[in-house]
Formats: sequence, structure tokens, C-alpha cells
Amino acid sequence: MASAIFFLDLKGKTLLARNYRGDIPMSAVEKFPVLLSEAEEESSAVPPCFSHEGINYLYIRHNNLYLLALTKRNTNAAGILLFLHKVVEVFTEYFKALEEESIRDNFVVIYELLDEMMDFGYPQTTESKILQEYITQESHKLEIQARPPIAVTNAVSWRSEGIRYRKNEVFLDVVESLNLLVSANGNVLRSEILGAIKMKCYLSGMPELRLGLNDKVMFETTGRSTRGKAIEMEDVKFHQCVRLSRFENDRTISFIPPDGEFELMSYRLNTQVKPLIWVECLVESHSGSRIEYMLKARAQFKRRSTANNVEIIVPVPDDADSPRFRTNVGSVHYAPEQSAIVWKIKQFGGNKEFLMRAELGLPSVRGDDEHGGGMTGGFGGSMGGIGGKGAKRPIQVKFEIPYFTTSGIQVRYLKITEPKLQYPSLPWVRYITQSGDIAVRLPDVA
Amino acid sequence: MAVNRIRGAFAAPRKGETFELRAGLVSQYAYERKESIQKTIMAMTLGKDVSALFPDVLKNIATADLDQKKLVYLYLMNYAKTHPDLCILAVNTFVQDSEDPNPLVRALAIRTMGCIRVDKMVDYMEEPLRKTLRDESPYVRKTAAICVAKLFDLNPAMCIENGFIETLQEMIGDPNPMVVANSVQALAEISETAPETRALLVTPAVLKKLLMAMNECTEWGRITILTVLADYVALDVKESEHICERVIPQFQHVNPSVVLAAVKVVFIHMKSINPELVRSYLKKMAPPLVTLVASQPEVQYVALRNIDLLLQAKPDILSKELRVFFCKYNDPPYVKMQKLEIMVRIANEKNYEQLLSELKEYALEVDMDFVRRAIKAIGQVAIKIEDASAKCVQALEDLLATKVNYVVQEVVVVIKDILRKYPGYEGVIPSLCNYIDELDEANARGSLIWIVGEYAEKISNAEEILEGFVDTFSEEFTQTQLQILTAVVKLFLKKPSGAQSLVQKVLQEATTNSDNPDIRDRAYVYWRLLSGDLEVAKNIVLSHKPTILTTMTSLPATLLEQLLSELSTLASVYHKPPEAFVGKGRFGADEIQRAAIQEQRQNAAENPIAASVAAAAANGSSSVSQSNIENLLDIDFDGAAPASQEQSSAAGTPDRMASPATGGMADMMSMFDAPSASGAPAAAPAGGMNDLMNGFEGLNFGAANGSQPLPAGMQLHGGGSEPKKDSDDLLGLL
Repeated sequence: MASAIFFLDLKGKTLLARNYRGDIPMSAVEKFPVLLSEAEEESSAVPPCFSHEGINYLYIRHNNLYLLALTKRNTNAAGILLFLHKVVEVFTEYFKALEEESIRDNFVVIYELLDEMMDFGYPQTTESKILQEYITQESHKLEIQARPPIAVTNAVSWRSEGIRYRKNEVFLDVVESLNLLVSANGNVLRSEILGAIKMKCYLSGMPELRLGLNDKVMFETTGRSTRGKAIEMEDVKFHQCVRLSRFENDRTISFIPPDGEFELMSYRLNTQVKPLIWVECLVESHSGSRIEYMLKARAQFKRRSTANNVEIIVPVPDDADSPRFRTNVGSVHYAPEQSAIVWKIKQFGGNKEFLMRAELGLPSVRGDDEHGGGMTGGFGGSMGGIGGKGAKRPIQVKFEIPYFTTSGIQVRYLKITEPKLQYPSLPWVRYITQSGDIAVRLPDVA
Repeated sequence: MAVNRIRGAFAAPRKGETFELRAGLVSQYAYERKESIQKTIMAMTLGKDVSALFPDVLKNIATADLDQKKLVYLYLMNYAKTHPDLCILAVNTFVQDSEDPNPLVRALAIRTMGCIRVDKMVDYMEEPLRKTLRDESPYVRKTAAICVAKLFDLNPAMCIENGFIETLQEMIGDPNPMVVANSVQALAEISETAPETRALLVTPAVLKKLLMAMNECTEWGRITILTVLADYVALDVKESEHICERVIPQFQHVNPSVVLAAVKVVFIHMKSINPELVRSYLKKMAPPLVTLVASQPEVQYVALRNIDLLLQAKPDILSKELRVFFCKYNDPPYVKMQKLEIMVRIANEKNYEQLLSELKEYALEVDMDFVRRAIKAIGQVAIKIEDASAKCVQALEDLLATKVNYVVQEVVVVIKDILRKYPGYEGVIPSLCNYIDELDEANARGSLIWIVGEYAEKISNAEEILEGFVDTFSEEFTQTQLQILTAVVKLFLKKPSGAQSLVQKVLQEATTNSDNPDIRDRAYVYWRLLSGDLEVAKNIVLSHKPTILTTMTSLPATLLEQLLSELSTLASVYHKPPEAFVGKGRFGADEIQRAAIQEQRQNAAENPIAASVAAAAANGSSSVSQSNIENLLDIDFDGAAPASQEQSSAAGTPDRMASPATGGMADMMSMFDAPSASGAPAAAPAGGMNDLMNGFEGLNFGAANGSQPLPAGMQLHGGGSEPKKDSDDLLGLL
């Protein structure tokens, strides 16, 4: 429960506010920037919620804005912070981007939305598709006054009735992103696959869908023999349209989908995966005036797959200059704004291996042990002896491999029934693997 | 006269923004009026006071244009308080609107009426509210349900008299899940503010309805219902089991807040269930908890703080998931710190090597607070897992070699704690002594001196080292001074020959030149002790100290129990009971707090210092945070609360010599003459508590061993100080 919601600029000036309960002096917001900067002086770890004189401040940051909720009570903190994120999500869909400008330009709609999304401090409707049906940026004409869509309060609050398509189609995208943390000596410290099944649904009426996956647990519970590989999903999260109790009972994924694009489910696998693109790096320093990086990248997947748009981002000292590169494939450029060199390879075939060498100059004034992995810290010199090692930014790897999933997940069927209309429909399925957060720790300078 | 003239000049300016707006608001053209309303709202948004336009805006309330209506209503909500009398002019429109054929308008009317917090408006709410509660449109009903809570907030008597609470109770059986959720929410709020109304009584029939609605309503409705289920006391084991079974599917919900609410319900209701089933529930709980760590950082933080609590109650639920909590280089600092906390909790014989190599990596980062926390974590792992201690000590020694100032200081503090558990690792002491000149923090200096005193007989140049400190005695921090005193006395008792003059010198210095009563007292006690039988003094000062068990902070059982029933709320994030930061009851602390805020704002204008003092007095424990929100993370119980308060005030004092209050704190912490373990403020009070506990053990020990000196100590303080104080100081002797 939130008493009031504020949109503030980075200086802490209120851009727009909505007071939901009137039980907190609105001037309390003036303390926020002061409290925040005091806390930042105390410690680098300022939590997203704190209390001051009986008022609790919960905030998130988005672009050049703070979204702040105030409350007096022992509120559900996760709920409020999540609601703020939802506000960002909905507003972004309404205004393309949520920032200072869009707040100023759209205050009328924003007030309307805030009114619909929260009442007396309790979140109400945060589904932007439904909101868009009755809160629009064009003024309503006298004759056709907007009415609340039935869906707002329906048990199926995510789909309106009376949707019609000439051609009934469903597109399923199985997207897996790979998170990896690799130590400097090449050990995989942590690996995780975050998968999602995204849908684009163009179906008429109120269709009932059932999705079958090669889910190991389901095969086991139904006692079915497994043809081919089954996968074990660690944790599954569903869009609110999926009947959770049904899934809990017999692992059936059944639902009435929202119209258009949405994410049906996400899942997580903790299985040990080898890095699909293996990067080895050697850093050598030459008498403190030059630093040399030698990179080897190898694609560790089958020959018939190809990784697209591969980017390998290697952090370098932030005062490096005069870069020189040599590689047998792709292009390399120096990005001083992020203190890194970026190696781009458009297409990286399976089982291939490429090399790159980069050499950068270093200013001569630095001490011997000071050119560590990356930028030297933001802490001033007053602390004495700081910055010996520098913030250890890792090498990042980005890529995309179409028609391939790391986990081996497969859509076995997607059954679509609309009891009244009984139309034929076409499901399409695509698979793709992406890099999530892939970090390879940089070795010490040799 | 003159004043009147001036007022007249301001009342109706012939030009300027307000004038233009007013002209537009009463224009004969609809589009001009609408535009002016928009401009007025714009001005309001920018923080300009446009309350003077109230009557003119009000004239535009009767319109069929929905957008315009919304804007006028918004204006009314904001400025009703400035023109309470004029609000009555709007009543008619509200009542009419609440009967409009369009449900959107009906809902808007009733929603806005509840937000105009003016008595006159409240008087007219009864009829519209009654009608809208029975509206055919669920959208209107769900809005009206919340409006009952609004009305109760403004006028509870009227709400009860008109039977609105009963109506809400009936609405739990509404066919529409969102209406159910909002009714439950309104009832929950009413019974929270006024428990005597018994607004929300969960009977078996109601329970059934709640469980039904839960599966159908929106994510927010689910949270509401789950929260109510968590507070519900099940009749028997079977019912608890049933609730758990029905709630567990919610673990799969995409909204992390729903997941946390479901975890809370299961965690509370599984207490009475048989252990077999509990194990299977806990197993199902683990993966969703891990997934929470992938949510937005702010939500993640709440989740991590909650996981911390869950781990304190059930230490092994996530024992296989250590890697999930590895810090990403771009995690916000508050997430990183919390992850460290959790990793240490999960650490066991099987995974400590993995953890240790990760911690070593973190100790080389640049964020100073994070590095210190990582080093502290290495120490905590060493103390928690005996097998790991050798490797941890080795890691700490390697860190010393980095020579980074704050790393060295933290390592010294951590090694001191390790020696309190494993006295055998004295091999590191020589390398520590190399860095004496580097240490400039009270805690680190104190730790090193404690080590020197403790191992005086084994350190060949202990005398030399302590002599250096004695020379600069008057310039040291209070905490360090106390340690110097104790260490020198220990040295003297262990090697009487060489230290005679040193002990004389330091006692002389402390008793004659110190302004701090704690230091003087301690010096006098030692002096007296040493002038008696040296064997007795040895028994007391060099007594065997119990080894410490852990340096991790954990909450006292009752508080933990309470916080586990508050999962995902602010209390569970702050790790403080709700009473510590919110007032309860309608006219209780809440009201006082409101008054305090008012008063304080007045005061602040005149005298900022008086204001903060007033705040401290009025708000009690909740204002610990006066200048230091960090304190919220502190655990606030028993004696530890004032201690942390004092510490925060000390943090503000720039002088090296801290105030007497802090001296007391330091004294308490070091009563059992180990320097306090207060690296991060969060850990300090509990550390103190720990020491306090250990200190009491020490007291028994001392009492058993040499009962003679006790009365002597009493005599010293015979003059006036409270008995509590006496025992504290006595403990300081040990």
C-alpha cells in the first residue's frame, strides 16, 4: 500500500505526484534527495527502501527519473517496488520511452493511468493492453464515451471478448538466454539458462490452448515413455493466463491467451553448460607503456549452426590510447566511452576458431602495478593506496544462434480449441539461443 | 487600510497567468474551457498554487466530456481542503454521476468522492456508496469496495452505522474475483486499523471463497488474498495442509511479489504439518526462491533480505544453490552486500572452497565497502567452518600483501576474531605487526593491540610496540585507549620484569590526564588490582575466555519468528519489528507521529537542532535514523538499540576523542576485552550483544574463580552509579 507516488528528476525535484491517501505530508518528498545523498556518503550500498521519521521511502530509478512511493505502514515492500516497475512498463508502452520529457508532455494521461492503476494505495489494473482499451491519448468524443472493458474485472482479465481474425495464427518463439560466469583460468563458475516462450497470438474468440513440452517431470508423472530427450526445468514461471493449479496437478499448460504479443512462460535450468563461444584472453604489459591483448574465440557448438552478430567486449584501462588491432575475421574498434575494445564477427560458424590481437598505448606517468583489468576506481586518491588493482570488469560476449536451444527444449504440440467458432489454426514455432549475461574474468596482467 | 488596498490589488489581478486561466475557465466556448482546465492542471503539476481558481474550475464539473470530468475531479481532490465549503457545490454532480449509465463515470464518481477528504462531502457519500456497492457492473463494485475503506478512514462511525462493513463481508461471495479481492483488501485494512470491528473474520466458508478467488484474480488480488491467508490461524493440521496445497501452485506465478506472498503462507502454515510433507514443501520452495534472485534489483533486494530470514530459520533450504548468489560485476552495491551475507549463511564443508575463491576475487575489487565486507566474510567462513579456517587465514595473509590500506585494516580486525576462535593461528601475528603504522582506524588499532596483549609472552618486541602506543596515548581513540590499558596490564602480568615502568606510565597518564570517566575508572581498577596480590590480578585479567562461536549476525528467536510472519513487508526488509518504525492504532502513536511531523516542520524553520531533538523525543526508536538511515539495518532489540544510536552519533563527531557516551559504548563492547566487531554498522549491535552474552559467561567464571576482588570493585563505584553500570565495569575488568 502506497500513500503517494512521485516522479522525481535526478535532483529530487517533483515532476508529478499523486496523493492516494492523504495521510502523509506531501512535503516529505523534499527530504528524499537529502536522505539519499546522506546515505550515499555513509556507504556505497544504499538500499531501495528506507525509513525516516515514521515515513518509509521506496524508490526505483529509471532513465533520468526516480519513481518514489511513500508509506507510513509496514507495507508489502516487494509489491510496491514491483508496482513501480509496472508503472514504468505501462508508461513505456504508452509513451515509447519514460523520461522527464514524456512526463511533462503527457501529464493528463498519466493522471488518468495512475487513477486506474492504483486506488487508495492498492494496485488495481496494471495490464497495459487492457488499459489501452479505455484510456487513450486521443480525447473521447461526446457520442462515444469510453466504457470499462469487461476484461478489467473479468476472471479472464487479460483478454477482451469479440476478437475476430480472418486467418487464425499463433507464433511461438522459444528464446533461451545463457548466463555464464567464467573465471580467468577458464573454469565455469556459474552457468544458467533462462528460457522464455514468447507468443504472438492472432486468434478469434476465446480460444483454449494447451501446450506440450518435452518436460521430464510430466513424462515421469504420466508414466509415458520418453522418445528422445526430455528436459528438467528447475523453476517455471507462467503468465497469469495459465492455470497454475492445473500445472501443479498434471503439468498441463492450459490457458486462454491474451491477444497479440506476450510472454507465456519462463523457465530456468541450472545445468552445467559449456560456453557456446569460448574466449581465452592473455594480457601482456610491455614496460608499462604498452598493453597487449591476445584473444582466442572458439565456437563450441555443432557445425551446422551459426552464431550471428557476435560481439566480444574486452575492457581496457580507461586512459589507453593509440589502439592497433590485428585479426583474421570481423572488425575491431576501440570504444573509449566504455573503456573497451569491441570485436565484432557477423557470422561465427560452429567449431570455428578465430584470433585477435590488440595493442594499446598507456600514458607513461602511471606506476608499475596500476594497470589492472579495467578502469581504476571512482574513489579519489585521498584514500591512499587505492586502485592497486582496479575494478575487475569482465570480458562480455554477445551472440545469437537461431534454430538452436541449449537445453534441448521442444514444443511437442500446441492444441487450439475454440468451442464456439471451431476454426482451423496454424501454430508456428521458432527456436533461438541468445547470450544473456556472459562474463569471462580477465586474467592478471603478465 | 493599506493592507486592504494591497489585498484588493492581489485578489483579482487584471493580468498574469491566473487571470488568463480564469478567463478561459468561464469562456463561452467549450474547447477554451477544456484547454484552460488542462493548463490549470499543468500549473498544479508544476507545483504552482492554483487554488484561487477553485470556484471557476468547479463550474466546469457538469460535463459529458469524460476527460474534462476527470481533470476537474483531479483538481477537486487536490484543492478540496482549501475550499471545504465550496465542495458542497460539487455534491450534486457526484450524486448524479454515480447514477450515470456509463459504469466508468459511476466508478469515477464514487472513487473521487472518497478522495475528497472534507466532512461535507463525507456526509453525502452514504447513498451513492450504497448504490454503487450493489452496482451491476463489477468495475463499479470493485471501486466502491475500496471506497468503504476510504470512508472508514474518514468517518468510522458512519461506516459502521450504515452497515457497509457487513455489505463488504457479503461481497466476499461476489462472483467476480476482483470484487472479492478488493473487498477483502478493504476489510483487511479496516480490521488492521480497528481490530475491534472484527471486520475480516475468516470462517471455513470464507476460506473456501478466498481459495477459489485466488486462482482467478489479478496478481495484486492474489497478493491480497495470500496475505490474508498468511494471517489466518488454521483450525487443524488438515486445514493447514489444504491451504498449503492450494497455495503452492502460486510459486509458479510470474510476479515475484506473488511468489513471496505464497512462500510466506506456506512457511507459516507448515509449522503444524508433519515433517515429511514439510520437507517436500521446502524442496518446492527452493527453485522459486532462486528465481527471485533474477528479478529487478530492487525486488531482488527485498527477496534477498527475506531469504536471509528464511535461512536463519531453515539453514539448509538453499545449500546447493551457492553459485546463484555469486555477485555479478554490475549488481548494485546493496544487492552485492546482501548476497555476501547469504553466501556465508549457505557456506558448508562441501562448498567453502568455491566460496573462498569467489571471496578472494571480491576482495580485489574497488568498492571499499564491498571489499571490506568480503574480507569480513572470509573471517566469518573461517569461524563457521573449522576445516576452512586454514585456507581462510592463508587467504587473509595473501590479502595483507596487497598493502592496500583499508584491506590491511579489515584483515587485522578479522584475524583478531579468528584468534578468538582458534588461538593457534598465532603464526600470522608477525606479519600483522608490520603494518602497525598503516592502521588509523580505532577498530583496527584496537584489534592489533588486543592481539599484542593477548600474545604478549610470544611476541618478543611486544614491549616496544606497546611503548609506541603509550607514548601517543592521549591522542588515541577512546576505544584504542581502553585496549592499550588492558594490553599493557596483560604484558606486565606476563612479563613483569620489563614492563613495570610502562604500566606505571600508562596508568599515570590515564588517571591524571584523561577526561573520560570510563578510561579513568578502568585505570583505577587496574591500579588497585595490581597493588594487591598479583596472582589474583592474573586470575582476573588473564582468565580463560570462552571461544566465540560465530561472528555472523543472527536475529533473536522471537524477533525472527515475528519477522517470518511479515515476509515481503518493510519489517522483513529492515529486519526490525513493525513497531520500531510505524505507529499502530487509530489514535495511537500514529497520531502522535503526525503531530510530531507538523511540529517538527514548524520547529525546523526556527531551529534545526531543536527540531531533530524533538523528533528524537517524539518518535522514540523510529527516529534512530535521525541522520543515518543505515541504522535501519541494525537490529533493534533490548540493550543494543541505544548502543547503535550512540554509535551513529559518534559517527557524526569529527574529533578523534569521542563523546563520553561513545566511550560507554566502546566499553560495553570491550567489556570482555576483545575489541568490538563493528566493521559494518549492521553487524555492530549484534556483535555487541554477542559480547554481552559472552561477557556474562565471563562474569560467572570470574565470580567462581576469585570472589574476593568483586567487592573491591563495588567499593570503587560505591558513590552513586547504578548497579547495572557497576556490573558493566566489572566485566570490563576481565
